[in-house]
Amino acid sequence: MAEAVNFKAIGTRPIRPDGIEKVTGRANFGADLSLPDMLHGKVLRSPHAHARIKRIDLSKALAIDGVYAAVSSADFPQEVTSSLSTNILARDKALYHGHALAAVAARTPRIAEEAIEFIEVEYEVLPPVLSLDEAMQSGATLVRENLYTNGDESIPPSNIAATQKFERGDIETGFAKAELIVEEEFRVPSAHQGYIEPHACVATSNPGGRVTIWCTTQGPFEVRSATAGVLGKTVSDIKVIPSEIGGGFGGKTVVYLEPVAVRLSELTGKPVKMVMNREEVFRATGPASATHCKIKVGATRDGRITATKAWLAYEAGAFPGSPMGPGCMSVLAPYDIENFLIEGYDVLVNKPKVAAYRAPGAPQSMHAMECVIDELARQLDMDPIDLRIKNAAKEGTIAPYGPKFPPIGLVECLEAAKRHPNYTNKPSEGVGRGVAVGFWFNIGMQSSAEVCVAEDGAVSILEGSPDIGGSRASMCLMAAETLGVSYESINAHIGDTESTGFCNLTGGSRTTFATGLAVVRACEDIIAQCKARAALTWELDVDQVDWEDGRAIPKPGVNVDVEPLSLADIAKTMSRTGGPLLGRASLNAQGAGACFSVNWTDVTVDRETGKVDVKAFTAVQDAGRAIHPAYVEGQMQGGAVQGLGWALNEEYIYDKNGMVENASFLDYRVPVASDMPMIDCEIVEVPNPSHPYGVRGVGETPIVAPLAATSNAVRDILGFRINDLPLSPPRVLAAIDEGK
Amino acid sequence: MARVVFPDHLHRFTQGTHELEVDCNSFRQLVRKLEDKWPGIESALTDTAVAIDGQIFQDAWFEKINSTSEVFFLQRIEGG
Repeated sequence: MAEAVNFKAIGTRPIRPDGIEKVTGRANFGADLSLPDMLHGKVLRSPHAHARIKRIDLSKALAIDGVYAAVSSADFPQEVTSSLSTNILARDKALYHGHALAAVAARTPRIAEEAIEFIEVEYEVLPPVLSLDEAMQSGATLVRENLYTNGDESIPPSNIAATQKFERGDIETGFAKAELIVEEEFRVPSAHQGYIEPHACVATSNPGGRVTIWCTTQGPFEVRSATAGVLGKTVSDIKVIPSEIGGGFGGKTVVYLEPVAVRLSELTGKPVKMVMNREEVFRATGPASATHCKIKVGATRDGRITATKAWLAYEAGAFPGSPMGPGCMSVLAPYDIENFLIEGYDVLVNKPKVAAYRAPGAPQSMHAMECVIDELARQLDMDPIDLRIKNAAKEGTIAPYGPKFPPIGLVECLEAAKRHPNYTNKPSEGVGRGVAVGFWFNIGMQSSAEVCVAEDGAVSILEGSPDIGGSRASMCLMAAETLGVSYESINAHIGDTESTGFCNLTGGSRTTFATGLAVVRACEDIIAQCKARAALTWELDVDQVDWEDGRAIPKPGVNVDVEPLSLADIAKTMSRTGGPLLGRASLNAQGAGACFSVNWTDVTVDRETGKVDVKAFTAVQDAGRAIHPAYVEGQMQGGAVQGLGWALNEEYIYDKNGMVENASFLDYRVPVASDMPMIDCEIVEVPNPSHPYGVRGVGETPIVAPLAATSNAVRDILGFRINDLPLSPPRVLAAIDEGK
Repeated sequence: MARVVFPDHLHRFTQGTHELEVDCNSFRQLVRKLEDKWPGIESALTDTAVAIDGQIFQDAWFEKINSTSEVFFLQRIEGG
């Protein structure tokens, strides 16, 4: 493990390599590409939340001048029946309002929009299932008639796709030991990832079956495999070129348009561009799950938790696959609890298929737990941080999902929060304060990187992780640190699926950890080559050469009179010493370190309007090692703002037929700058032993704690708790009026 | 022997068994032994993460397992 004090590049805050392109509008995003002779695709979407599709007739749309092709699911391989395929274009049933039914390709976007109106669809409208309570009832209308819980066909089909259970000890004994029990239930609504850039792609195919896709995505290799799967192609038939990405937050880890654009291109022989509008993004792309969570916690009078029971139900949308599992695994992760039972349910409803959203599953379940912990602290008259420290997980604690925690930084974050001036300064009259803890596992997975050295010593990195949060800068900093050269001499580039080795998607807080690890290893490959060439030049054995401060030098004790050779020196003569310098690494990174955070916020509540104003927000988080502290703080601030939006205003509002009534940013209210105070950040560094520089992922955790911190702050000022989110003016005002 | 724990979603393959002890020296060998015992489980295990002695692996094919190891199969973690 390298020591922080010795770092020269890591921990500095240089400007990002892609900054100028982005702030001057030169960077190309998903919808920016146009090709000669390109057509425009448009999707027809279901006006019903649940309906059997009896007939789709494309003929009238195809007869319109300027329309080149029209497709429905009948034009796709029928043997592919995956959820992905059925979500992209409905088969026998429309499963949510906005579910794609058919698509056209036309000369202009306007002709395409007009043409889809001429597609005739005959429906048998069915009653929609729109809530967890309704879906989980015995005898409920079934979203999918052949869905069996956990695949068990010995029991009747239901809307519960899967269950999970984690238990330890004996909760009855644990609750019997408790001197105080708090039991509450909470509902969190669906929230959208809210990326500014809608989904967009251009696809072109040649007569030989080769396909190229340009698109905005968190994972070009995943787009390749998903598109190949839906179309019955092999991945080698498809090349995916990622554009710059205008936000994803998990919502761009899946595909919606790409297979359709490819099929339309195959039918027309022309490139086809498809761009969603904002309404389509809201109606048809994955939000985060709505949840219903019940938590019961027992504790002794001195604040030791004796037992916890958690019941967690997650909406999956119309297809199985909510983040119920991670929600169950994270709900108690911050605590060392002897007796617990966690039960989770993955439940189908007639709503869009949910997609990952920062720390998928954790904000909802941990909102419930952290509110109950807050209530427990109030009833015990304990400082909420002290209560958490007393029960905190630490290295060696057995996580609720089984394994023992390696070194983690929860206690360090709690202690940093306790001594932070924003915490020691008590809130003024009329201001409420709430505290909560956040957690995310983080992941590693596969990454590849190449490092090339030009003849002038400049370094270029090629890797396959789309840069969402400043990862190019992080890669350059780790390369600068490893090679011992300046940050300014390095550039990082994101390759396409044929120019770089396989990389899993940018998500799960894995990129700086896993792709960063590949970059470090590729730089070490360069160093090994440089040492070998210096040894050849000096007529020494390679084990007589060291690499220090970006230069090859003879090891101490090697008696030779030579000048050190810098990377630029070696690069200048590389044609004579063995040819180009190219370092490579590919790996499946393991040991992503878990990340904890502590947040607290100060709020006021207008008792006449119910409006909650956030006056202050502080985030403390363990980054392992902050490679570029400004971008770590950016992740902490961005996650905090998204979490505050979820806590205060964001929710999908459905009518009784299952239609989203607020499918625009006018009515779906994300926070704007004027809503927010400065988000103060403190980075804690408990290095991850599985990374050469100690990196933990930092992108997921920041969204987790703001939900409960806000709820707890509102509880503090109102004197009573509003259990359900969002704490929007109508809900808060109604609660005040009811004098709850 | 290593202690091996299965989450709910694998119980339909393990006939309800929540945990058992297995004599093996690698994850690959463990999966083979489980497949011998419960035919069909291997494909489910390849879509499942695993924690071996506290370390979570999304893919652990060649990881060592010893007689005191604790092996927990977990739902794969994704992310946003």
